[in-house]
Amino acid sequence: MSKYTCPDCGYVYDEQLGDAHEGYKPGTLFADLPEDFVCPDCAVRAKEDFVAQTSGGH
Amino acid sequence: MKTYSLQLADNRLITYQDRKRHLWLLSMLYPLLALSGIGLYLLTGSEWVLIAPLVGIYGGASVFDALLGSDQSNPPEELVAQLEDDPYYRWLPILTVPMHLLVLVLIAGFTASHDLAWPSVLVLALTAGLYSGLGINTAHEMGHKKTSLERWMARIVLAVPFYGHFCIEHNRGHHRHVATPEDPASSRMGENIYSFACRELPGAFKRGWALEKERLQRLGKSQWSLENEALQSFALGAILQISLIIAFGWIMLPFLAIHNFYAWWQLTSANYIEHYGLLRQQKANGSYEHCQPYHSWNADFIASNLLLYHLERHSDHHAHPTRRYQSLRSFPDLPTMPTGYFGMFLIALIPPLWYLLMDRRLLALPHIAGDFDRINIKPGRRAYLEAKYSGTLQTRHKIA
Repeated sequence: MSKYTCPDCGYVYDEQLGDAHEGYKPGTLFADLPEDFVCPDCAVRAKEDFVAQTSGGH
Repeated sequence: MKTYSLQLADNRLITYQDRKRHLWLLSMLYPLLALSGIGLYLLTGSEWVLIAPLVGIYGGASVFDALLGSDQSNPPEELVAQLEDDPYYRWLPILTVPMHLLVLVLIAGFTASHDLAWPSVLVLALTAGLYSGLGINTAHEMGHKKTSLERWMARIVLAVPFYGHFCIEHNRGHHRHVATPEDPASSRMGENIYSFACRELPGAFKRGWALEKERLQRLGKSQWSLENEALQSFALGAILQISLIIAFGWIMLPFLAIHNFYAWWQLTSANYIEHYGLLRQQKANGSYEHCQPYHSWNADFIASNLLLYHLERHSDHHAHPTRRYQSLRSFPDLPTMPTGYFGMFLIALIPPLWYLLMDRRLLALPHIAGDFDRINIKPGRRAYLEAKYSGTLQTRHKIA
């Protein structure tokens, strides 16, 4: 499970946690978020702008 | 005076003192401005003095903007994080929330308990609306933040003028679609504030409600659920305003109607002037370029920026919507308004004056340079505007 960060405001989408407020259940992959997904905090960065954080260790 | 400092990697020490730090405390005094008309009436017995707050805010802001001028100073980017973390700044807007509730109750109560001529009732309702409109601006500041306390405070202060959808539609609607023809909160060249309002008021409400409904659907909940954040605010507003009607009588019906509308009008006015004619370019895939600094109109006037929590540093706000007011930056070479917001609000009320002041300024912006393809234009007005301005500027005409 990976994390994706909004490059402007630092919001982190953690696939393991989802986003309860936005209605994305834990385990929802970033790729499965709607194509028109924008950062829930700042709305100025779209799905394509998010930066995947490489997870460390296995 | 508090000093922020940071040792950089190359051992240089950078420091910053915010010269406006203590000036932000003025926001604690605005309730007194709003109530000053009533105070003067109680002293003099004359109803004429009730106009003092309106004159004071519109006139005073414009006069002080002219007298105190602009401030372009910025905190060093490296110190923005410390400035953001300073709780002093965070608490000031929060503390104004109970004041907004109290001022409405006091002005409403005064209106109902004195035998006043109808123009006085109108002036009092407008004064209350203007101060509640300032509350919408405060909600704007708090609603953009991530803490649940600030988001709740935003919802509460929006309840006062019954404008519960605002933060949702603004954050997730306007910021996403700003400076595009699809945004009801971005004004177009050739569009006056009145026709803009006919588009913006219903359009923004519909968009805000639809966004919240969509979120609730993902949660498997109805749009009428009490988790609807717009509904939460509207419900608080309804409780407040129905209580005022019960407590103070039928006069509250016209009073609150005028109060609510005039509060919303402050937001409509701000939306109108902030992106007039500015247009993000559409990419090949249909989406729009990121909002650039030149997609907002700005101003650095000290007085009106103090009233509005730096809202006039609008480009930086759109670049970093979650950035706190104390850190918002001014940049050179941005679209700039000739006067502060309150002056611009008055100018907007007279469309020919607005066009006279703003159309050429818009056309002359470096990224536009007379190219109408780069302007957000009211549909059906392009030919008229091209003809109107072709003689005076080197406008580029599209050759069919």
